[in-house]
Formats: sequence, C-alpha cells, structure tokens
Amino acid sequence: MDKRTTEREVVAELESGMTIGIGGWGSRRKPMSLVREILRSDLQDLTVVTYGGPDAGLLCKYGKVSKLIYGFVSLDSIPLEPHFRQARQAGSFRAAELDEGMLQWGLRAAAHRLPFLPVRAGLGSDVVTVNPELRMVTSPYDDGEELIAMPALELDVALIHMNRADKLGNGQFLGPDPYFDDLFCHAAKRRFMSCEKIVASEDFQKEGSVHTVSINRLMIDGVIEAPGGAHFTECTPDYGRDETFQREYAATAKDPDAWQAFKERYLDLESEADYQAAVKNR
Amino acid sequence: MSEITRAEICAVAIAECFRNDGETLMSAFGTTPTVGGRLAKLTFSPDLFMTDGIATGIETVPPVSGPAREAPIKSAWMPFRLFFDNVVWTTRRHVMMMASQIDKFGNQNFACIGPHEKPKAQLLGMRGAPGNTLYHATSYFVPNHSSKVFVEKVDVVSGVGYDRAAALGERTSRFHDIRRVVSNLGVFDFDTPNHAMRLASVHPGVSVDDVVSNTGFELVIGEAVPETRLPSDEELRIIREDLDPEGLINKEVRD
Repeated sequence: MDKRTTEREVVAELESGMTIGIGGWGSRRKPMSLVREILRSDLQDLTVVTYGGPDAGLLCKYGKVSKLIYGFVSLDSIPLEPHFRQARQAGSFRAAELDEGMLQWGLRAAAHRLPFLPVRAGLGSDVVTVNPELRMVTSPYDDGEELIAMPALELDVALIHMNRADKLGNGQFLGPDPYFDDLFCHAAKRRFMSCEKIVASEDFQKEGSVHTVSINRLMIDGVIEAPGGAHFTECTPDYGRDETFQREYAATAKDPDAWQAFKERYLDLESEADYQAAVKNR
Repeated sequence: MSEITRAEICAVAIAECFRNDGETLMSAFGTTPTVGGRLAKLTFSPDLFMTDGIATGIETVPPVSGPAREAPIKSAWMPFRLFFDNVVWTTRRHVMMMASQIDKFGNQNFACIGPHEKPKAQLLGMRGAPGNTLYHATSYFVPNHSSKVFVEKVDVVSGVGYDRAAALGERTSRFHDIRRVVSNLGVFDFDTPNHAMRLASVHPGVSVDDVVSNTGFELVIGEAVPETRLPSDEELRIIREDLDPEGLINKEVRD
C-alpha cells in the first residue's frame, strides 16, 4: 500500500462548492502547501471549516470562500488576521461564527455519524442570532433543559499537516498539541495529510512515543511529503513560526501595491517548490 | 519606591478578582490581567493553576517581560481540546477576558463592531466567550474606559450577561457568574438585586463623576464609593521586579 500523492493531485480532485475542513489552529501547523495549491486553482464557492489562521485569511482574500465556519481567525502573534478582517468588513462571504467549543462539537457529531450533539455553549449569546439555522433540542430527561442541537459539520474533504507520516497514512505530531486534526479527518469523506517528512513506520518511535501517532491510516486517503509545508505557520519542533514573513504578509493587507508584489513574489507561482525557493531566496 | 502607577493599581485590583478562587485555573488575557492574575498566585491565592498559554499546565510563575528566566516547570498536558474537557466544561476556571463593549448586565462584545453580517470592524470573533460565560466564573478588563466601551447596548453579544443568562432559566445558567469588571478608572461588580453593574470602587485620583461621564449607561452607585486599595510594598516589588521589570503594563494602562 502506498498513499503518496502530491498537492496538485489532491486539489485536482476537489470541486467548487465543496466543504473543506482545515486542520491546525490559528497560525500553527496549518497545511499551507495544500492551501497554496487551492489558491493556484480555479476552485470557488468553498465552505471552509477551520480554527482559523492564515488559511482562512488567504482563501478569503482570494475570494475562494462563500461560507466560513469558525470560532476565530488569528495569527497568534498578530491577534487579528488582517486579510480575513478585510474580507469580513467587505461582507464578501457568509460568516458562520460559532463558539470554539461548538465547532468541536459539530466536528465530533460528524465524526460519530450523528445528526447533532447537544451543546450549552452559545445559548444566550448572538451565536444563535447570527446562525439562524441552529435549532434547539429539549432534554428528554427530568431536567428538561433546552440546548442547542449543534449540527454535524460533515466535510467533503479534510486537509491536515503533520510532522511525520508513513506512506500508509499513519501520521505523527511532534509538537505539544494535536489540535483537532483527527476530528477533521473523522468528519470528512476524503482525507489528505501533508507532512514534513515521510518515514518508515518503524521509525515513528525514534522521535516520539506511541501517543504521538495520533492519525492512523484508516483516517487518511492520501499523504503528501511537503517539507516546509506549514510555512509560515509554526510546525514545532521542525520549525517555529516565520514571524518576519508573517509580519510581511499581514502588512500587505493595508496596501494594495504591497499585496500585489507579495502575491507575485510568493503566491502566483507554478508550484509549492517555487514557493519554497522564493521563501529561501528572500 | 517611585510613584505608584494606575496600571499597578489595576494589576492589584485584578489580583483581587482571583482572591477566593482556591484551586481553579486562572486564565487572563492582556498584559495587565496576566500580571494581576500571576500576582494573586504569588501572594494570596497560591493554589491557582495556570498554563503556559500553549498546551501545558505549569507549576512556576513566569514574568511577562524582562530577561529570560529558567524554563517553567511543566506539569499536566493541556492541549486545546483537553482544555475544554479539563477546565471549561467542568467549570474549573476563572477567566478574565477583554471587552471591546460591555453593557450594564455584563453582556460583552469582542466579536465585531457594527452589524455582524458586514461589520465596521471585525475583532476577535466569538472565540470561547459564549461557552465560558455559561460554564465558569468570568471577569473583564477594560484598559480604556469610555462611553464607547461601556455602552447601553453592545453590537454583538459574545459573552453572556446576567439578563440574558436569567432568561435561559436556572438550570442552564447555574454556572454563570460574571464577577467583576476592572477598568482603568475603577472596579465594578454585579452585587445588586437585578445584577445591574455597580461601581464598587474608584481608583485613587479618579472621581465618581469621571466614571459616570465616561459610562454610556446608568451605573448603580452607592452613597459612599470607596477607593480601590493601593498595592502593598511587597506587591509593588513583585510587579516591578519579578513579573514585569520592563513595565509593559504601563503601556496598556496610561496614567
């Protein structure tokens, strides 16, 4: 069995109108090489589910997103993602803004093939008014509590980035947090994992305990070796966030000329290899 | 010792918010709340638990500025998902969040300014505020008290206030507990019959009128409003030497 593939093959499989879940968290271990390949494609009208970072910022900036399902979008060291803000303030996509916990519950419901999971978080806040499709459910037990029926966030595709993977589709995180990557995979019909390095299965435990192999091959349809694939988000311990690059990216939101120059230099390129070369040569 | 700054008074007022919390996860966002929360742990609330802000509980209290110290002692694993399981949904947390807008019942907004479908200014988003406020103790910090922040009606409710919590019924709101609001002008609580915001104390050098004229709704004000207490010498030493040698809090709260 060999599930190795490329960003190009993965994105060729996607269609406009799909619902895509993106792993990682904020500006941390995002599958950016896959995001960049989507930017190079003619995909449109995507529904994106994310604990948002520059993945959300870039996809919104490129007009790829018709609906974003999120609890926040942040670059961590830069608390507000300026490209996302700009797109929000232009009203250029439907913002399905949830409590962070509800997002987890929606993914979990999809993972468990349930129509919904009851959740208290969100009640009383404007989460329920800005998401009018949310419905309530009453506990059938004596407490009779009325809760939000958080609908399953069923994904067509999940994209995640791990530190290590084998060609079978097992994946390992070596940083401190697995985020919600496994839930994204469980919630999706097709699951693609990029990684810093493909290793032999027997080599996983040279770098981390068995607990760090949080993605098993039942959860994955394709594996992409993408060194630097999370750049400019952090991918510890392989590399930290490229703060200089992130600041440069963030600063372009204010200045259309700077954005055009940034785009030409780093994004309007033929391939991920060209991106990595452009980053290296800057 | 040099003159006590307003930021230092705020830090101590914030520490006081965590005084009786016992063994609770103390989460504080913003520089002054971070210093205040850690001051509580280093003084009168030693059992408070905190994290490194990444994915681990820590058993040491790191500074927010100044030269690097020894690495924190890491204890329990606390990645984001376990954070929900371990502290938020099990109610074992007291969070201090910032508020871009807050109303008289403590409804808080840091999601966006203007209509949600097309905001004038997109801010943080809902984040965890809706769940936090229904599940565990919450306080707020406002470094720039004005009638644009303390408003009659917030544009979007991210953190749930007392009136909306009451409307959810006793069971759903049984963990709802908005403790205090600390601003650069004073300390506020909700210890009133209908949980309307009350001016609990004014910081030294601030008059009740200063607070009233910078607040966009009617505060509950008692006959004699006390002054917020001053930091002790030991608290000042901890703030200035141990927690914030560069005085970053004085950039967040100006005199």
